[in-house]
Amino acid sequence: MTVYDKNKVSFVRSEMVGESPPPLSEVGFVGWIRKNLFSSVSNSILTIVGFYLAYQIIYVLVNFSFIDAVWSGEDGTACRAPQAPGDGACWPFVGAYFDQFIYGRYTIAERWRVDLVYLIGAIGIAWLVIERAPKRPLVAVLMLTAFPLISFILLTGGNFDYSSNFLWTSLIVAAVILVAAFAIPTMTKSNPWPTMITVAVVLLILAGVLLLLSIDFGLPEVETSLWGGLLVTLVIAITGIVFSLPVGVILALGRQSNMPIVRIICVIFIEFWRGVPLITVLFMASVMLPLFMPKGIHVDNLLRAMIGVAFFASAYMAEVVRGGLQALPKGQYEGAQALGLSYWKMMGLIILPQALTLVIPAIVSTFIGLFKDTTLVSIVGLFDLLGQMASSLSDPKWSSPMTPHTGYLFVGAVFWIFCFAMSRYSVYMERKLDTGHG
Amino acid sequence: MKKAIISAALGAAAIGMVATGATAATLDDVKAKDFVQCGVSQGLAGFSNPDDKGNWTGMDVDVCRALAAAIFGDATKVKFTPLSAKERFTALQSGEIDVLSRNTTWTATRDTSLGLNFAGVNYYDGQGFMVRSSLGVKSALELSGASVCTNTGTTTELNVADYFRSNKMEYELVAFEKADEVVAAYDAGRCDVFTTDQSGLYSQRLKLTNPGDHVVLPEIISKEPLGPVVRQGDDQWFNLVKWTHFAMVNAEELGVSSANIGEMMGSDNPAVKRLLGSEGAFGEALGVGNDWAANIIKMVGNYGEVFDRAVGPDTPLKIERGVNALWSDGGLQYAPPIR
Repeated sequence: MTVYDKNKVSFVRSEMVGESPPPLSEVGFVGWIRKNLFSSVSNSILTIVGFYLAYQIIYVLVNFSFIDAVWSGEDGTACRAPQAPGDGACWPFVGAYFDQFIYGRYTIAERWRVDLVYLIGAIGIAWLVIERAPKRPLVAVLMLTAFPLISFILLTGGNFDYSSNFLWTSLIVAAVILVAAFAIPTMTKSNPWPTMITVAVVLLILAGVLLLLSIDFGLPEVETSLWGGLLVTLVIAITGIVFSLPVGVILALGRQSNMPIVRIICVIFIEFWRGVPLITVLFMASVMLPLFMPKGIHVDNLLRAMIGVAFFASAYMAEVVRGGLQALPKGQYEGAQALGLSYWKMMGLIILPQALTLVIPAIVSTFIGLFKDTTLVSIVGLFDLLGQMASSLSDPKWSSPMTPHTGYLFVGAVFWIFCFAMSRYSVYMERKLDTGHG
Repeated sequence: MKKAIISAALGAAAIGMVATGATAATLDDVKAKDFVQCGVSQGLAGFSNPDDKGNWTGMDVDVCRALAAAIFGDATKVKFTPLSAKERFTALQSGEIDVLSRNTTWTATRDTSLGLNFAGVNYYDGQGFMVRSSLGVKSALELSGASVCTNTGTTTELNVADYFRSNKMEYELVAFEKADEVVAAYDAGRCDVFTTDQSGLYSQRLKLTNPGDHVVLPEIISKEPLGPVVRQGDDQWFNLVKWTHFAMVNAEELGVSSANIGEMMGSDNPAVKRLLGSEGAFGEALGVGNDWAANIIKMVGNYGEVFDRAVGPDTPLKIERGVNALWSDGGLQYAPPIR
């Protein structure tokens, strides 16, 4: 038994010791670094190597594009050794050629037309992207119908003359189609009038479009051989994108159809276009096609490339969409059929909305791939953004050791901005539609 | 649904169709459409390259301007179609262009089996060598033991091998896939000699860090005669393109230039009178006005002016006349007389 003498014991705690803060090495910035970057020897080595590489790349990039860069000058000599601070970017070259990178050699006095198309396009796309904007379905329809037409007239100048041969051929073709629209339903003993009226309306719309294109709006013609730069890149990419999605959906449905002829046609189309490289398609379109055409008929070079790219992209899109169709459980189809929906209603209301949302990432990947593939058109004498830049490198006035590097850096940056924007939009759409749950 | 798509596609394809009417008489077609459609390169310094204002400049381009001046008396009535090397002949054969002026080498195959006609030589090119001036080399025959930078798999490579072997010289070949890689390697000192077509050497020289430290040696070891090309089977058009070039060479020989053409109009020299159309009817024989050559010289210039403006010593390219000098100055440029 021990008796405590209060006077001998110097200190007795009357309460618990509070929690001391964790050691400095475990919290805050230092702790985060220890835990995430230097948790083991191998991780530490990886971290150091990683940082070193990042530093090297960023250092070179910053040095090239800012510190050693030349910002002003009248010609290539400003970017050379005695005047330039080092091996840096030659930005005045981009400045001097900037308009050509955007418009190509489009007639200078008429460039407002390109600007107008860019402006309408930008407003339209922004309208469709912003969810709270009013009347989005209407704008979407306008963007798919009126906008291409307006752009076409603005960019080319409209005022087309049709040869009498062309007019007669079109009339005959229209008549044949009308007769077929009447005859086929009659033979199958169904009421021909609904088909007939639909076909007639479509033909009338086409005639209206042709008429509209022949009106003289007082815009001077700008041939497509003058187009170039970003304009050509966007024209080819956007027509490819707008064309490939609906056509791809139809091809994918056709490939899964029970009707043998439709299925075979779709399979042949898809496998043909997927089986040839895009570069071959472009070569065929630009080198072989003119030899097959009758003398005197000349299909515009840009149009040939656009059709080639659009078909090519549709084939890929078809397979992407087919992936989505196959991913849907069979119950969805059966449920729709049990409700008594027709084929098109089943597809439009039940299957496609689900299938397409499932494959958004793959669709956007195809779009991005298509956008970047447009650079291939420079091998058939069209000047897309990259081709336009490469062509300007031949100017002896701006020749300097760093001019090509600068040009490629600029073009790369522009492409990155467009592709990154597309990919971000796809991420946003996925989140909104919440397809992550599978 | 499907029908609508098919007819929409047909309509779209038809819109792009414009009748150009490539019949046998190119000159009539050209006069009817009121411009010359000229195939050029997608960008080659000094021959056909667009400047930063978007205007085409260079020797090949000036051939077409001269043609327009001869036909219309207006050198601006010409439209340029940039063509890649692979599609250039098809474009000509299919009638998409009227004349191809795209640094195209005149060879037997092209002249015969491809169905083309070469209408003269507006630039005598050939493979040459470039070295650092600090080496003190004056001739390619002093290059024994040198390392040579070039492109892989081209005739350039074979020509070098032939040249060095036939002159019993040692050499080491450093070959690269892309022209830009060759330039970079040469600039970095990986090799002593850079070889490609001579006109190419001059334009690649501008991409070096110090272009002034390099010289192009005088030897040319291969023949690359470059000139405008037309379709076979249209002699009238062929003659006109040929004589457009000859008129410019004759003008230089006779001392007629865009600067002095006003006073030369009153010259007593019969050769000048025939050239400028005050004597004889040589333009009519070609199917154009008799002042055709006068218009060419007034609006485009004589051959020497075109050369100096596009590639000459006052341009960044700084190409000497060399073999492209007039025959009277020891070069190869020779034109039959207008008589």
